[in-house]
Amino acid sequence: MRRQSDDAMTLYRFVMMIPRWWLLLMVVPALADEGIFDQYRDLMGDDNPAIFVIEEGEEFWVQSQGPSAATLEACDLGLGTGVTRGAYAQFPRYFADTDRVMDIETRLLYCMETLQGRDREVIAAKPYSLRGDFGTELEALVTWLAAESEGMTIAPEQAHPKERAMYAMGEEIFFYRAGPHDFSCATCHEQSNKRIRLQQLPNLTEHTEVAEAYGSWPAYRMSQGLVRTMGWRLQDCFRQQRWPGLIFGSEVSIALQTYMAVNAAGGVMTAPGLKR
Amino acid sequence: MAGRIKIRAQKKGELTEVKALMRHPMETGMRKDQAGESIPAHFITEVAVLHGDQTVMQAHWGAAVSANPFLGVRFQGGQAGDAVRVVWTDNQGGTGEGETTIR
Amino acid sequence: MVWIGVAPVAVSEDLASVIHASFSDSGQATLMRLEQDPLQQRCSQPRDERVDDDTAMALRQERLNAVVFPKDGNFLGDWQRGAAVAASGRGLQSNDDPSIANGGNCYACHQLAPTEVAYGTLGPSLTQYGLRGQSEAMLRYTWTKLWDTHAFNLCSHMPRFGAQKILTEQQLKDVMAFLLDPNSSVNQPAEGPSSAH
Repeated sequence: MRRQSDDAMTLYRFVMMIPRWWLLLMVVPALADEGIFDQYRDLMGDDNPAIFVIEEGEEFWVQSQGPSAATLEACDLGLGTGVTRGAYAQFPRYFADTDRVMDIETRLLYCMETLQGRDREVIAAKPYSLRGDFGTELEALVTWLAAESEGMTIAPEQAHPKERAMYAMGEEIFFYRAGPHDFSCATCHEQSNKRIRLQQLPNLTEHTEVAEAYGSWPAYRMSQGLVRTMGWRLQDCFRQQRWPGLIFGSEVSIALQTYMAVNAAGGVMTAPGLKR
Repeated sequence: MAGRIKIRAQKKGELTEVKALMRHPMETGMRKDQAGESIPAHFITEVAVLHGDQTVMQAHWGAAVSANPFLGVRFQGGQAGDAVRVVWTDNQGGTGEGETTIR
Repeated sequence: MVWIGVAPVAVSEDLASVIHASFSDSGQATLMRLEQDPLQQRCSQPRDERVDDDTAMALRQERLNAVVFPKDGNFLGDWQRGAAVAASGRGLQSNDDPSIANGGNCYACHQLAPTEVAYGTLGPSLTQYGLRGQSEAMLRYTWTKLWDTHAFNLCSHMPRFGAQKILTEQQLKDVMAFLLDPNSSVNQPAEGPSSAH
């Protein structure tokens, strides 16, 4: 056991409530460095609320749904029918049945459509939770599948020409400046040891940093009480870039995920992560 | 939606570790919606963890606790197979409950 | 066209069409924003591929020529209002209300008043910026940096607050005062032992 003294127990229980005022504390000078969040994460230990989202995701995988009353167990995530272990770590990848490079979120929707007979457009219209929601099916599935790759090496396929083309396009988009503020992904993510306000920024052009960042998504965001996926992360980045809305499952979304995954290749999947 | 609690209880040495994720909006009453109307306060006021019939933890909560609160508690005693319950009530009279057995 | 005389690197049609197909209008953030102007095209290469050639010099000169200085010749507004502009990060996002004034979000990237600890480090610290004084050259230089930073440093990460109409002329004057007014919180000594002497 880690903490047995009464004091530690009291503090432990206290912190576990994930108080909202933790965010307010960020303005206190003594907490200006990142250290306090590392301490907080240490206290949380392996207590990531995502454990329950993982359970939910597994339940969704085996639940009969849609007009075909089928489960997702016959879904091919790239490693063969129904193979979930290690599949996340190899996305995005090319699928011959669609002749496209797909990220895991797009692939799951494809399986819901083809196996369960569900309407892709309906699910794609609201893939992610809004504030106050308790998590979507897609978020739960992605969280479970990420957990099925925990500890494994990030190894996206780059054998097919379309996979390599997707990487090249991702790189171009990463540096593409547009909008009233002239922002690109690179504005915030091509330098090391920088931060916005107090938020540390990973350099996504540098292997070690991108591996740590990419490998930690999906992640439980304590400030939102939800698991967020990489697809959501990209949408929210573009909102802050003052760009229009990034379409779920779009080429740009998959290209940027490919760019990050390939730069991160060789790193380790640690998701679901725990983030502020 | 109200009342959903995910709960897990595990024996670790002499202690039983309970983890629970409650689904609750935990509205402070201070926020406004997009139309500028106040969103009514709606938050959990009391939480308890029970081992069988015995209350092993009781807490008074308020609006400062985040949405979808995650609770971790450890207590002494408890054997594999024993029932553990987490219950809450909120300021609007809502209640929630989750039960599991110690693993 | 304003841009005559400058031949920017063309974006491949493939990339442009992929980008356009990947986004949708969201509030005030419409697809129009995906169109690059020559400066954005020029500055969309990785850091180590940005060469300083004749095109870059011409582009920089164009930006310099296009700077609009205050009509009344007065560069300095109210530093306290400027502090509020510097602290606000809202404006021009799809979820921002366009009827409310934009912020400059200066603290996202710069240290300014030493009392504000939540500052970013993408840009240099501007604490004590006012020590540079208020000469005509300093006023015009600072105004130009705020109006269109590319007039000096092509492909800088900093937004063009005047040229892109992110901030109004009055807001820019207020930010100028926040930087240069000796009474501004930017120009106060940091608290602590170092201020004892």
